[in-house]
Formats: sequence, structure tokens, C-alpha cells
Amino acid sequence: MIWDWILEPLQYDFMVRALITTTIAAVVCAVLSCWLVLVGWSLMGDAVSHAVLPGVVLAYIFGAPFALGALVFGLLAVGLIGLIRGTSRVKEDAAIGIVFTTLFALGLVLISVTPSQTDLNHIIFGNILGVSEGDLLQIGILAAVAFGVLIVKRRDLTLYAFDPTHAFAIGLSPRMLGALLLGVLALTSVVALQVVGVVLVVAMLIIPGATAYLLTDRFGRMLVIAPVMSALCSVIGIYLSYWIDAASGGLVVVVQGCVFALVYLFSPRQGVIGKRLRRRLPASVAA
Amino acid sequence: MSSIDVSGLTVRYSDVLALDDVSLTVEPGRVTGLIGMNGSGKSTLFKTIIGLVRPTSGHVRLEGADPAYARRRGLIGYVPQSEDVDWTFPVSVRDVVMMGRYGLQGPLRRARAADKHAVDEALERVELTDLAERQIGQLSGGQRKRAFVARGIAQGAGILLLDEPFAGVDKRSEATIVRLLRELAASGDTVLVSTHDLHALPSLADEAVLLLRRVLFHGSVTEALEPRNLARAFGLESDPESEGSS
Repeated sequence: MIWDWILEPLQYDFMVRALITTTIAAVVCAVLSCWLVLVGWSLMGDAVSHAVLPGVVLAYIFGAPFALGALVFGLLAVGLIGLIRGTSRVKEDAAIGIVFTTLFALGLVLISVTPSQTDLNHIIFGNILGVSEGDLLQIGILAAVAFGVLIVKRRDLTLYAFDPTHAFAIGLSPRMLGALLLGVLALTSVVALQVVGVVLVVAMLIIPGATAYLLTDRFGRMLVIAPVMSALCSVIGIYLSYWIDAASGGLVVVVQGCVFALVYLFSPRQGVIGKRLRRRLPASVAA
Repeated sequence: MSSIDVSGLTVRYSDVLALDDVSLTVEPGRVTGLIGMNGSGKSTLFKTIIGLVRPTSGHVRLEGADPAYARRRGLIGYVPQSEDVDWTFPVSVRDVVMMGRYGLQGPLRRARAADKHAVDEALERVELTDLAERQIGQLSGGQRKRAFVARGIAQGAGILLLDEPFAGVDKRSEATIVRLLRELAASGDTVLVSTHDLHALPSLADEAVLLLRRVLFHGSVTEALEPRNLARAFGLESDPESEGSS
């Protein structure tokens, strides 16, 4: 019975917490991802989400909030990338590659020399089934802050993504809006790394926005489609991991990737096959 | 008081001299054509007028004030070059025009009745009312330009800067845009249009500026189009400073 399939895992508190955490993280990541894919910051999302690792480890060592360490190192990474690009002949993609891998590696080194390694390795691969009530509270607060900022500033951020010159010409500061988006990116990375780990955070920061972008021509609708789709995929991923006893973070991302593949193929307007079906062309011509 | 007042403007990007001692005044109520080939500094001049590029020396005054003040007051309407716009971006024509109102709204940019009214009026003025709900990339080249002009109208910008508005635009749309810009100038706006499309110039502009990093000529359109002037602007005549560049 389908109901047994859904209800049985809910007997366990750790599963309930896992589902709540995953849904929160999925929603806030998905909302942010709508802007990231349109600004063209997917690679930046990758970089920042990896670069926060040493910050989180240092925060753990000194007993500070994870978010603080993540924010400092996220912004440090962006600053370093800008510095290298602006003051040498190295291009941006190379600068991103150098900075985030070095900071990520620094995080790995810090983990290896810090006692209680098991705990910290969860940051890399995620530990959704081990979320405590304290973790859940912290994640909830960070997610609420990130979500609130994004929703309140959504029109400015969309203008920034679409036409930063116009934003500047009417007296707004594209630099501030970009910094705001990066700050939220660092916060959101902390939320998501509990679920899927540092390595896979970027998937939750790109796939939902990219999927929604293939389904609609309205940004407002993207902001609904992306979180709904991401939350559903994540819940399905957690259930699958319970029933087939496989890595939960990995499954969350695999399910999202599968949904993207389906949309890529069958989206009515943008899908590779969907577009052809819509035009009702014979398959032989479409090839 | 002239609307745009540029004096002694020099812009240098590392080792490239983009603008060399440019002085220029643009009057309200007229359409001024800014003519020059690619790389002549037209876009750099626009960006410096807006304040996006910091000049190496010289200064810009807009309606007698600092550009930062003009920006906050929403005086500047900018119509970008086609290649600077992501035409697949998920916004409608109406969304784009509404962006002209953001500077006048509260921090949440919630559209009030006055904003919606201004957007409707601007759309009607550029004859895009029927296409308002289309995604911006689903318009023709000329309609896209008109959508951005409508943004400037909705904003109430007194100074309109248009960067190559005729590139990729068919003849009929070009005529519509020319008529629209002439109307805006007649109502007292300042209109500065960069173009390398010379045959549109006589019907479009009241005066012309020939730019090749420096101002080579500023005066009547007829005179600007004389072969000896054009030859200098388009680098056909040897000019010691332009040698070695394309």
C-alpha cells in the first residue's frame, strides 16, 4: 500500500526531522537558484558553497555559529576571485577554480587535524538523518532570513539580473545587490550542506532554477515552480533512501537531476522533444 | 543650462585611450545624433555620462547637477545595445516598462495605481499595448527598442540615451522609432542617439556629433554628412592618432 510506504518512516523522529529539514533547504535553495541561473552565477554558486567549508570547520572549533564562519569564507572567496581576475591576466573561470578548490582543500586539512572527525565529515557529505532539534532550529532561522531577504528584494534582484546598467542609472547600486545575493548564497550554503553536504549543495542551487526556466517565461512563476519541484524531489529522495537504504543526499540530487532531464526533453515550449511534438512535425523530419 | 554638459572628458582603460578630451553640450528639446564607427568611444561616452565609467579626467553635469543626483532623481533613461540584453530572460514587456518606475517606488517596489497608469500610458505611446504580456524576446527588433524607450517614458526621464537603436531594426520600425524620438524631443526631452546608420540621420536628428575618441565635429546634420567630415570620423583619412587601430 502506498500509505504504508509514506507513513511508516514517519514513526521515527529522525525521519520527520529529515523531511522537514530537507523541505526547508530545498525551498530556500530553489528560490535563490532562480536568480543564480539567470545572472549566470552557477559556477559562483559552486565556488561559494565549497569555499565555506574552512569557515564552518573553524566555527566548529571556536564554538561560533556555522553561519558566521560560512559567511566570512564565502565572501572571502568572492573577494579573492575578484582580486585575481582584476589584477592578473588569469581569467574568471580559472580564478574561481583556483580559489574554491584551495579553500575547500584547506577545509579538508582542518577537518583532518580537528578531533571528533566523524562529526565534521558530515559537513562534506551531508547527514540528513542525524539532524538534531538544535540543528533544525538553526537551519530554520537561517533559511527564514535568506528566504525573507530574497522575497523582499525580489524585484530589485530581478532588475539586477536583467539590466544592471538600468539599475545603476535609476540610482540603485548593482554592486550592493550583487553583494546581497552573494551573502544570501553563503547563508543558503550552510542550510543546504546539512542535507546534501558541501559537495552536492551546488546541485540544489542550480537544478531547480534551471528546470523552472525551461518551463515558463515568467519570473514570478519560476519562483513558484522551482521551490515546489525541489521540495517534492527532495522528499521523494529521502523516502527512496529510507526504502532502498542508500545515501539520502545523493538520492535527493539524483531525483532532481532526473526531473530536470524529463523537463529538458518534454517541456512544451523549451523541451528538445516537447517542442517538436508541439509543432506536430513527423519524427523523421525532426531528426 | 544645457541638459548634458561634458567637459574635458578623458577615459583610459589600462593602456587604451577610449575618450580623449571630449567636451560636448547637448540641449533639451532636440535630438542629437552621436556618430562614430565601432570602437570610436560612443558606448564609453554613454557609460561615463551615466556614471558607470569613472573618467580619468574631466567631468559630466546633467541638468547642471552631479550625475549621482540625476540618477537618484530618475532623470536618465538608457536604452541598451541589443547585444547587452539577455532576450531569453523571463520578463514580459510590461515587466520591463515597470522597471522604469522602481526609482519612484518604495523599497519593496510595489506597483501603485499611478505606476500602473504610467506603464499603460508609456506602452500606448510606443504602440505596444497589445504585446504587453509577451516575453520580451518574442518581439521584433524594433518593438524591443520601443519597449525600452517606453521604460524611459514611464520613468519620466528627461534625458534619453539610446545606444545603436537601429541595429537589426527593419525600415518600418526605424521610421516608428524616429517619429517617437522626435515627439519626445518636441515635448522638451533631451535625446542623444548613437548610431552608425547614416541614412536615418537627416530625418532623426537636429544636430550631429562626429566622434572618434575626440569630438571631430559638432553641428548641423547636413554638414556632418559631408564626405570630408565622414572620412575623418570613419578613419578613412589618415589620422596619426588612429593609426594601427581598427
